Amino acid sequence: MDAMTNNPGTLADPVEFYGTKVNSRLLLGTAQYPSPAILSEAIRASGAEIVTVSLRRESGAAKAGQSFWQLIRDLGVKVLPNTAGCKTVKEAVTTAEMARELFGTPWVKLEVIGEDDTLQPDVFGLVEAARILSRDGFEVFPYTTEDLVVAEKLIGAGCEVLMPWGAPIGSGRGLNNPYGLRSLRAHFPGVPLVVDAGVGVPSHAAAAMEMGYDAVLLNTAVAKAGDPVRMARAFARAIEAGREAVLADPMEVRDMAAPSTPVMGRAVLGQ
Amino acid sequence: MMTSPHTESTECAARGANAMRVKIVGAGVAGLTCAHAFAKRGAQVTIVERKAGTGQGCSWFAGGMLAPWCERESAEPIIAELGFESLDYWREAVPDVPREGSLVLAPARDLPELKRFSRRTEGYEWLDGAGIAALEPDLDGRFEQGLFFPTEAHLEPRKALAALTAKLVDEHQVKIRYEADGFESEQGAEDEIDLTVDCRGLAARDQLADLRGVKGEMLVLYSTEISLKRAVRMLHPRIPVYIVPRGDGHFMIGATSIENDERGRVTGRSMLELLSATYALHPAFGEAEIVEIGADVRPAFPDNLPRLRKRGNTIYVNGLYRHGFLAAPALARRAAEVAFDGAYFPEVMDEDHRQW
Repeated sequence: MDAMTNNPGTLADPVEFYGTKVNSRLLLGTAQYPSPAILSEAIRASGAEIVTVSLRRESGAAKAGQSFWQLIRDLGVKVLPNTAGCKTVKEAVTTAEMARELFGTPWVKLEVIGEDDTLQPDVFGLVEAARILSRDGFEVFPYTTEDLVVAEKLIGAGCEVLMPWGAPIGSGRGLNNPYGLRSLRAHFPGVPLVVDAGVGVPSHAAAAMEMGYDAVLLNTAVAKAGDPVRMARAFARAIEAGREAVLADPMEVRDMAAPSTPVMGRAVLGQ
Repeated sequence: MMTSPHTESTECAARGANAMRVKIVGAGVAGLTCAHAFAKRGAQVTIVERKAGTGQGCSWFAGGMLAPWCERESAEPIIAELGFESLDYWREAVPDVPREGSLVLAPARDLPELKRFSRRTEGYEWLDGAGIAALEPDLDGRFEQGLFFPTEAHLEPRKALAALTAKLVDEHQVKIRYEADGFESEQGAEDEIDLTVDCRGLAARDQLADLRGVKGEMLVLYSTEISLKRAVRMLHPRIPVYIVPRGDGHFMIGATSIENDERGRVTGRSMLELLSATYALHPAFGEAEIVEIGADVRPAFPDNLPRLRKRGNTIYVNGLYRHGFLAAPALARRAAEVAFDGAYFPEVMDEDHRQW
């Protein structure tokens, strides 16, 4: 491949989710910010074009979260409603239906949580809910593990995007299983893959992008930073750097040193 | 009347024929502290409250922590600044404001939260298990590390506002009209008012379009098996909780913070979270009696910071969010200076909210 003629620029390098092209490869969650004003500034600083919004808890008895959701709508970014906090298929499906009505989008980030301490996805419930929602016309972004077989089943259920975790939600541990994430990437070369959850610092996000992931979704790492706006910017740059690196075709790892300057005038020039 | 340097006398002298006539709408913590601030400046104050008593809106459900350093962890520096002023105010204005400090703890597996908390603020000392036990003997052996903020205090919001109400009526001749909305047209009533101070909280959304509600849920427990001298915060990445001792075996546990504006409805999950955090602080709470559960909606602007807004002859005092008792007295003092001295306080009067 000739990188010079391909001339890949990050600006003209959109990623496509269910036929919608976006230029920013950073997706941001909207929970836990010190204030909506700081959230809004962080989103602007990050350049994110897609934000996730949770509905389960905010909705209350009579969709009482209207003012916050209106603030989100007013940001002018695409909303990816999520089913955070849902633990059963039924709960997730109901929440997704409400989200579609509220935000007028078929997109849903599907979370079915199986375990409270790690917020680990219940992959069985996830596949089932994904099948129900896909049949009903939803465009499902499933929050899953890096398990290949689960990924296959999600694709079979109608998902056209996969969102494996880096590490448990909010843990900030980065990419716990780089091998697993790499295999997933290799296994599904044509499916948009987003590392979702567990990302703590920008280098984690850059590493995911260098593995060839299409985008990174995060929330806590920005929202709980001392300066969320600055951290949002840092992540945007890291993700751009990682993407640029993939397009630039990184060098291979070697076991031996390979000096970049020829070692002239030495007795041994290499075997 | 003899003129004397004594404040009360000066105040009475000022409250003569030429006294500024101020109507305060809303008798929550904002309205009552404003009434106090204006009365101290010699205004003739009438409070109009739609309920049958004072402090029955979201002030009723407040935690009453006067913890400017702790709030510094998540709030902007201005909140701490207002908080220091308010802390002094409460200790002078009402009885029973023990300055016992506050304690911030985390279960062993959430210690990173404690470190994060400590990085964001000041005014604390690190304690080890023995240090924690020395302050709160009932917590002996339960926590390895904690933060102690010695200069902070707490109060019982309902008692504090009742005491302030009595003081306003008895010492400052403040009149209170209950079960009135403050906007009914009474004959000649409006002519007799020089200034309206609107302290209605979320109800003022009809005038302040950028206000939103943030729901908070709380409960009160009763136990004789455990006693605490000071407010304790339990950190958790998702469910931070505080426990404020209210005396006589009562403890206020709060508070959720949910982005919606529904009043009065407490969910099972919220109670589960508040109770399990309390149980983690001490198992004795597992046997405690649930005395009360409650929920209300805090008024907040998009930056979660309070604001004074002057429009014509109305001053709006609003957006106190989670910081009612912590910020109200300092805002009230500023509101009175705006009215009497034409003062301007950019830190709370700047209209720029980092708008959406």
